[in-house]
Amino acid sequence: MASPQPRIGVVTYPGSQDDRDALWALAALDAEAVFVWHAERELPDVDAVVLPGGFSYGDYLRCGAIAGFSPATAAVREFADARGLVLGICNGFQILCETGLLPGALLRNESLRFVCRDVSLIVERDDLPFTRRCTAGRRLVLPVKHGDGRYLPPPDLDPEQIVLRYVDNPNGSVGGIAGVCNEVGNVMGLMPHPEHAVDPLLGSDDGALLLASFVDAAREQVLATI
Amino acid sequence: MRATVLVRPKPEILDPQGDAVGSALGHLGFEVRDARVGKVIDLDVEAADEATAKAAVEQMCERLLANPLIESYEVEIVG
Repeated sequence: MASPQPRIGVVTYPGSQDDRDALWALAALDAEAVFVWHAERELPDVDAVVLPGGFSYGDYLRCGAIAGFSPATAAVREFADARGLVLGICNGFQILCETGLLPGALLRNESLRFVCRDVSLIVERDDLPFTRRCTAGRRLVLPVKHGDGRYLPPPDLDPEQIVLRYVDNPNGSVGGIAGVCNEVGNVMGLMPHPEHAVDPLLGSDDGALLLASFVDAAREQVLATI
Repeated sequence: MRATVLVRPKPEILDPQGDAVGSALGHLGFEVRDARVGKVIDLDVEAADEATAKAAVEQMCERLLANPLIESYEVEIVG
């Protein structure tokens, strides 16, 4: 029997811009990816959800703040509370922090400059649904492109929740933190863009390690229901 | 009823925007020890009296206008 194809929802907010790349990358990694419009009150039948990068609601007030109150975000919260897999990339990470699904906040880059380049990262956790195809300590090269990526953890952040760190901190994040997960480990956010790095033609395919781990985990959700 | 909300980065939060403004003021010859940049939000709210308006605006701050991890807020009812 062929392995089942997981269905992954990619939420499109007004101002999302990486939703298409996320959809393309997930499809390239053998998932069925579907768009979810921000005004939807219920998620379609999906095994995992991606909140993509971009500038939802023009980044007004604070990045991700207004998207945190979208109907689709409320549905994502319910999905996450039921231990559904949720991955937030860049603006998606900012939205997850604003909603409280992930700890901490993302602030203006220390340099006040928009950074747009490839960065090296170190994988801290390899036991998560998002990182299982990596080994801890492995380096990944992924692009970043953000003006508000300085991660500030809450004072009581459990170090176990740190998933990725920058080798050369591009934005002044505390502890060089590039990605974190929630306590349970079913929700993760990161500033770098794995969906822009799934083909060697794009300079790196390291993003495929993260996204394929995520697709594997979503597939297990399907198998669990058969 | 009109309300003004002042949102400030908390003192312990690094504020590179404030630093840039402070250093630009220094270039202009002003002696500025510290500068911090926040934001002002003016609201016109429906409320029976000042106390009700203030309570409502404080709720708005808690839920949306300020992020308690990084910002403090001050509500002023201007009548």
